[in-house]
Formats: sequence, structure tokens, C-alpha cells
Amino acid sequence: MPSVIADNLSKVFRVADKQPGLLGTLRHFSHRKYRDVEAVKGVSFSIEPGEIVGFLGPNGAGKTTTLKMLTGLIHPTAGAAQVLGFKPFDRKAELLRQITLVMGQKQQLIWDLPTLDSLRINAAVYDLPRTEADNRVAELADMLGLSDEMTRPVRKLSLGERMKCELVAALLHRPKVLFLDEPTLGLDVNAQNAVRQFLRQYNQQHGAAILLTSHYMADITALCERVIVIHHGSLKYDGELRGIVERFAPLREVTFELKQDPAGQDFQRFGQIESTDGRIVKLLVERSRLTGTVNRLLHELDVLDLTVSDPPIEQVIGRLFEGAEE
Amino acid sequence: MKRYLHTLRIFWSASVGAEMEYRVNFLISLFNSAVTLAGGVFLLLVFYGSGYEMGGWSWPAALAVIGVYTLLDGFQQMLLAPNRTRITQMVRDGTLDFVLLKPIDAQFWLSLRQLSLWGGPNLILGAGMVLYAGASMPAGLTLGNIAPAAAGIVLGMAILYGLGYILSSLTIWFVKMENITFMMAALLEAGRYPIPAYSPLYRVFFTFVLPVAFMTTVPARMLGGGTSGGGTSGGGGGWLLGSLAVAAGLLLVSRLFWLWALRHYTSASS
Repeated sequence: MPSVIADNLSKVFRVADKQPGLLGTLRHFSHRKYRDVEAVKGVSFSIEPGEIVGFLGPNGAGKTTTLKMLTGLIHPTAGAAQVLGFKPFDRKAELLRQITLVMGQKQQLIWDLPTLDSLRINAAVYDLPRTEADNRVAELADMLGLSDEMTRPVRKLSLGERMKCELVAALLHRPKVLFLDEPTLGLDVNAQNAVRQFLRQYNQQHGAAILLTSHYMADITALCERVIVIHHGSLKYDGELRGIVERFAPLREVTFELKQDPAGQDFQRFGQIESTDGRIVKLLVERSRLTGTVNRLLHELDVLDLTVSDPPIEQVIGRLFEGAEE
Repeated sequence: MKRYLHTLRIFWSASVGAEMEYRVNFLISLFNSAVTLAGGVFLLLVFYGSGYEMGGWSWPAALAVIGVYTLLDGFQQMLLAPNRTRITQMVRDGTLDFVLLKPIDAQFWLSLRQLSLWGGPNLILGAGMVLYAGASMPAGLTLGNIAPAAAGIVLGMAILYGLGYILSSLTIWFVKMENITFMMAALLEAGRYPIPAYSPLYRVFFTFVLPVAFMTTVPARMLGGGTSGGGTSGGGGGWLLGSLAVAAGLLLVSRLFWLWALRHYTSASS
């Protein structure tokens, strides 16, 4: 049975529309105008236990709304969500004991107290015996490389340290399904790496399913074999990460270096010119014509060096969002 | 149940810990409480010396009302107000999500998570005043009037909580509602004096529209053995039953209203 099922999930929000200025403010106060915004439109997918799935989309694509429907924080306007066989919106304690939500922009730790105090509260709420809780905290702290940070007031921690502590608080009850909304937001490269490694390790140790949103492609490429892309609330792609390149980037990049300055040469006949920089030329060539084109290049020109590569995944996804915009 | 009690203990020790984290602030608050307490006692002595009577209530009976008011005010400052403020904050910044995803009753968490020590002095002062007032009454202090008065006070707390929680639930729709705190303080303030001392229109309003009379006047009546201490006589047990009905009704409504509000919760945008 899949850990998470989204079946035709949709959410329509009613939002207030306010015109700027004093008059707009007065109107907004007395005759508030609303319009409906379709944040998520008929999104379906499922996630198996132990899978790490990247959930991608530009800002406002409906990622957070989908996560909130899957965790049961908001009720879908249409469609159904199922997590570990439960309907999330019922918020049954039995389900809540097995899931967690981490939000990069929000924190559950008590600001004025050390992390350990917040962890005591979570241990009590999840009904963990003292020794068991201590063992788990020690284990998680070890995986994240935390030590005396846990006894320092949270307000005195750096962003990276705080996020690590947030993860300890969010995973103390050993959830089987993790919903992570930008867990590496604003972290430096080292902290991002540490969080990534930790998530992979947790996933391997506990076989947990993870749905992860992030704007850092490095998070996605390091952790996820499968990605789901949504844009304007609709599902655009669900499949292997590599498949994105094949599907949305049918062109490959051919870079070659010539022996002599290619004055007056017409490269258009080989493919789309991406750039020329002295003797180095970059062309975009369709996959189907790749071998033929490379052959012709080597025959017809005096080539010193030649490489073929996929365009970087960030670029492909960026272009995918731009394309969807139109 | 055991888990809830254990959780409550951890909640409150964390609250006190957070308060004591800022040592200077803690000392200032301590000093502030001591001054307020001294001021309250001084005011009582001034009143007491003049032999003033209000609404046909003897001085000890009126003192009992003020005592109950002070006690409830302390309770409100200690438990109700800090939690109400926190609910508003959590709705606004979206951290309510974390509470809703915990396998524990959200209303329990939101009602009892915070504890402020600074209502303590008023709580103690109020209890002292009630006991002193009881002792000054003709019947003196007996279990027969202390027990119903205590029951009345507990019901008063429940009424105060129920009303406040209903207002707090409105935060789900209106988001910014810090003024609830002031409103609840003002409401309780109306019960500072015996309700029969007000003009008839106010009396009806404070009894049937806003149940202020049940919060302070009823427990004080119980202390006087169901009468207002030699003045006008009241209905005794009938009033206490009334309190019970109001408290039970408000608790039930607050629960149902909260559950209904949650269905409308959409949580602050990412």
C-alpha cells in the first residue's frame, strides 16, 4: 500500500481583493470583495514507503497547499487524500503519531529556551518514556552533529543549527512519512549538506517516505530519484529525475574546440548555435540527430576537442516553468 | 489522562523556565506584583475604615465580592490571558499548524500551554480576602459556606474560560484579536462590585447577557450562606445551580464552536 495517495486533489481559496489607497481601504473595510483562487487543480500521485520524492514548482505553484491537504491542516475542496490508510483531515492521533511536517520558515521550538526543553514537551505529547526519549535525542543529535547547541537557548543559535534542532524535534517520534517544506531554506552550503545527509540516513534507517519541496536543485538531485512538478496548481510531470531532461530538454549540448579561428564559418547547418567564444562553439542538437551531427562535425571541421552533455537540470526546470507560464 | 497531567507539568515548567530566562525582567515583574498587592491591600483598608455600604450589601459581603473578583483576575492573568495571546500569535504566524499536528487535543494545548506566575499574588490576595470576609460575617467561616463559595469560584473560572475561549476561536476568522485580552479584563472588572449595586437594567445585562453576576456575586453570596450578609436575601442554592448551568453551557459551546472554527481554518499562507 502506498504511504501517501493524492487523488485528484483540488483546493479553491476565497481571497479578499483590496485596492490601494485610503478609498480602497475604506471599501475593503465596508464592502469586502472576494474572488476565488484555484491553488491546486486535480493533482494525483502516490508515494511508496521508503521513497524520497522531490516536489517542485515555482513560488505559488500550490506546493504548500498540497502539503497542507496531505497533512490534514486544510480540507480539500475536491478530491481525496490518504496517508498510511487514514484520511488526514480527521487528524486521528494514530496517524499524527506517524507523520511529521517541517517548514523551513516556521519553527516549533520555544524561542527563549534550549532545544532540550522543547524536546521534553514533544516527548510528553508523544508519550515517550524518559529513557527512550533520551536515547532518540542522542541518536538524532549524533546524526546531525549536534552537541552543546541543544542546551543553548534557541534564540542564540545560527539558522543552520536551529534547523538541525527543528529536525530533531520533528523526528523524535520516528515518523514514517515526512513532509518537508523547504527544510534547507536560507542555510549555507555546509548546513544544507548536513541536512541532506541526515535525511538520506533517516530514510535508510527507518524506511520513511519523504515528500520534499525545495528551491535548491542540489537538494533534489542529491536526494530524489523521482520528482513531481506542479505549476499553477496542475501536475506537469511525475517520474524519474533524469526523465525530466529527456522529456523537457530534447536538445543536447555539443561543445567543440576548433584548431583555427572559424572566421566566416556557418554552424547553423549543424544545429542551433548557443554561443561562440573564439574557437569554442556551443551548439544545441536534437537527440535523434546527435550521432550524425557529431560525425559530420568531425569530418567537415578541424576539431581539437568535443564534448556532449545534458543541459543542467536547473536550466531545464527553469525553462519548463517559463514554458508553462506562456 | 496520565499523559495529559504529565504534559501539563512539562508545559508549566517550560513556561516558568522561559519567564526566568530573562532575569532582570523577572525581578521587575516580581517587584511590580508586590507593589500591586500592597496597593490592593491599602485600598481595602481605606474602604474598610469608612464603613461604606453598597447596594444594601454589608461591608464583609461586598469585600467577599471584591475578593472573588481579585481571585478570578489573578486566575485570568496566570492562565487565561497568556494562552489567549498565544493563540492569536500562532494563528497569525501559522505555527498553529504544529499544534494541530500533535497527537494531543489542540484545545488542551492552546488553553493550558502557557502559565504566567504574575497572576499568583492576586490569586493569593483574593483568596485571603474571601476568607477574611467570610470570617467577618455573622455566621463566620464554616464548611457549610466555604464549600459552596469555593464551588461558585470554580464555576466562575469555568465561565470566564468558556467566554474567553469562544472569543479566541474567532481569531481563526479575524486573525488579529489581541483586544480580547482587554475586553475580558473589562468584563471581569464589571463584577468587581456586587451586581445588585448596579441599576436594574445593568443588573439584567450582567446576569443574563454577560454572565458576570455568576462569576463574582454568586460565590460571594454562597459565602454569606446564600444571603448577602444580612442585607437583601438571595435564593441560595438556586444561584449556584444557575452558575453550574451557565458554566456547563459555556464549556460545551466553547468546545463545539472551537471544533467548528477549526473546520474553517485555512492556516496562514506558507
